[in-house]
Amino acid sequence: MARTELDLKLKGLMDDVLLMGSLVEKAVEKSVDALKRRDLELSRKVVEEDNIIDRMRQEIEEKSIQVIATQEPVARDLRFIVAVLNIIVDLERMADHAEGNAKISLMMGDQPPLKPLIDIPRMAAKANEMLKNSLNALVARDVGAARKVCADDDEIDALYDQVYRELLTFMLKDPTTIDRATHLLWVAHNLERVGDRATNIAERVVFLVTGKMTECGISKY
Amino acid sequence: MLKLPSTVPGAGAGNSMEASHRGIRVQDLNAWYGRLQALRSINMMMEPKLVTAMIGPSGCGKSTLIRCINRLHEVVPGARVTGSVLLDGVDIYAPGTDPVELRRSVGMVFQRPNPFPTMSIFDNVAAGLKLNSRMPRAKLSDVVERSLRQAALWDEVKDKLNQPGTALSGGQQQRLCIARALAVEPAVLLMDEPCSALDPVATMKIEELVRELREKYTIVIVTHNMQQAARVSDFTGFMLMAADRAGELVEFGRTGEIFTNPRDKRTEDYITGRFG
Repeated sequence: MARTELDLKLKGLMDDVLLMGSLVEKAVEKSVDALKRRDLELSRKVVEEDNIIDRMRQEIEEKSIQVIATQEPVARDLRFIVAVLNIIVDLERMADHAEGNAKISLMMGDQPPLKPLIDIPRMAAKANEMLKNSLNALVARDVGAARKVCADDDEIDALYDQVYRELLTFMLKDPTTIDRATHLLWVAHNLERVGDRATNIAERVVFLVTGKMTECGISKY
Repeated sequence: MLKLPSTVPGAGAGNSMEASHRGIRVQDLNAWYGRLQALRSINMMMEPKLVTAMIGPSGCGKSTLIRCINRLHEVVPGARVTGSVLLDGVDIYAPGTDPVELRRSVGMVFQRPNPFPTMSIFDNVAAGLKLNSRMPRAKLSDVVERSLRQAALWDEVKDKLNQPGTALSGGQQQRLCIARALAVEPAVLLMDEPCSALDPVATMKIEELVRELREKYTIVIVTHNMQQAARVSDFTGFMLMAADRAGELVEFGRTGEIFTNPRDKRTEDYITGRFG
């Protein structure tokens, strides 16, 4: 006995989630890239494109509800759909963090840069790596890979600490930098949140495979 | 209630009469139809005042299993049973147990409603009582009303108790059969695919009824409809036919757990529809 229709729909949901994930990844990357290069046009684009990601979340949610209503999934199928419904919320919020960074960049306008950005692009790269790995773990239903994502969150937290201390030093030394430094601090905070949300996705993968809800690592922030 | 010998030969030392052993305990149960083994080494506990659903593909032995609980299995020529079934700690297969007496304690509802065709609605419900005791008419009326109320049928039939039971709709007939089973005040209600011949509305009514009856009876329901098992039961047992066609219990657990995170891959494959 096969369930062609259900399998097809579940595969469709997986494809949609991966597509949404890749859009989020691009948004995070572009938002920091725009900030670094002071490319306001690109920042505006990130803000605009967030609507696409919001719409995708709605569409995936609607499709999931359709599958539940018409296919009566249970056990691993049901767990997959529940995982998807949670993951798309995290993905959408990650995109909101990227949008937030783009808006900060627009707010900063043509202010002179406080310093060349080094650790913030590193944080963005790390957050995106965690996002990518969490979705790969989802595809492979790989608990080990999912747990690794959670462990990686420590790295992003450490980078955040570093950025925070550095910016604090700037502000203490020269109070005229407070405005610009605070903006960068918000950016770093957003990226730290992106990492946290990647660990949420990883936790959903653990649930999908084992049926057990676990917090696989408690973030410092 | 079932009156059985208080000492139970062969029921296992010291564990047969404890209060914690209320409900139905099936121990190492094997059943045969002639030379064909239909059940192998079934061990499970059907908790009192809860609903246990048995699911599995056709021929896996779920009906045979529940027919062993009221000793209906042995009525088939050539059929036999080994192992034990303890009802509230008492082995129903102990020598000296009267199967007829037992079946008063363990009521059964079948796949197709089977009211006695020549009897009125009233007499259908009263049939078991008339068979077992001489009850005054007034008392009998009380029991019939109570049973029909319990079966959620009273309001629909109270004005036509003298009409034949077969004049009712399929769903009503099935509830009539449930009322008939309840009239003799059983401890256990066995239901063998009670909704398979009913439309969705009648099915929903029976399912509602099962949830209500749970408060008073130990219910075991065999069903092909997995969503029904998920909806009505507290515990679910999944059975499969082994290579030699004997039915085995693959997994038994809380219904919520079985339908979200079964332990055995065969259970998962079956309930997700990827069986065979």
